[in-house]
Amino acid sequence: MEEQKKKISLIAFSGDFDKLTAVFTLATGAAASGYEVNIFFTFWGLDAIKTEKGRAFLGKNWLTKLFGFMMGGLSNTPTTRFNFFGIGPRIFRYLMKKNNVATLEELVDAANALGINLYACEMAMHVLGLEKKDFIHEVKDVLGVNTFLELSEGGRTLFI
Amino acid sequence: MTFVKTKLKLAQIADGDTLEVLLTEGEPLNNLPKSAKEQGYQVLSVSHVEGNVHKVIIQK
Repeated sequence: MEEQKKKISLIAFSGDFDKLTAVFTLATGAAASGYEVNIFFTFWGLDAIKTEKGRAFLGKNWLTKLFGFMMGGLSNTPTTRFNFFGIGPRIFRYLMKKNNVATLEELVDAANALGINLYACEMAMHVLGLEKKDFIHEVKDVLGVNTFLELSEGGRTLFI
Repeated sequence: MTFVKTKLKLAQIADGDTLEVLLTEGEPLNNLPKSAKEQGYQVLSVSHVEGNVHKVIIQK
């Protein structure tokens, strides 16, 4: 009987600090245990893979640029609760550092070091006026839903 | 994350080299040696350092 390599695919829809931390913790943990890991970043999740970590006017026209600015990038992801205009994430980052838990940025770096496959959603990119060059070079490809469903076939898929 | 960092460091060292990992009691101590063995690494020793810090020596 042929043994298939364990595979897990994550759909990173949320752009929240806490949910993205969960995505990358799951992904790096699985990759460290030998899983093949795919992450499909869509909509709010695209914030996690932009090259620009802070606020920037990324987009094709004034409306998408405004949206890009408001989204804020990896450094400005809000928490789903207790965000308090940005104080929440600061408190959580402090607590995580104090307890020697990896920060979101460290988790993203670990994901790249472990060779986790990062994909960007074509449809979301189109709507938000983003291009491949706006993302970190580790992003493997720009995909649509069907291709993602094919490559996640046979493994587990989680929507976060 | 402890195992993730350990795995990353293990990937950088040569075959036959050893890696010292300092980790905390509880989940990391209980699971890291097991995960390392499952991945084919040799766990040479597990010892208590002080407080809740322990040391695991792994050979590639």
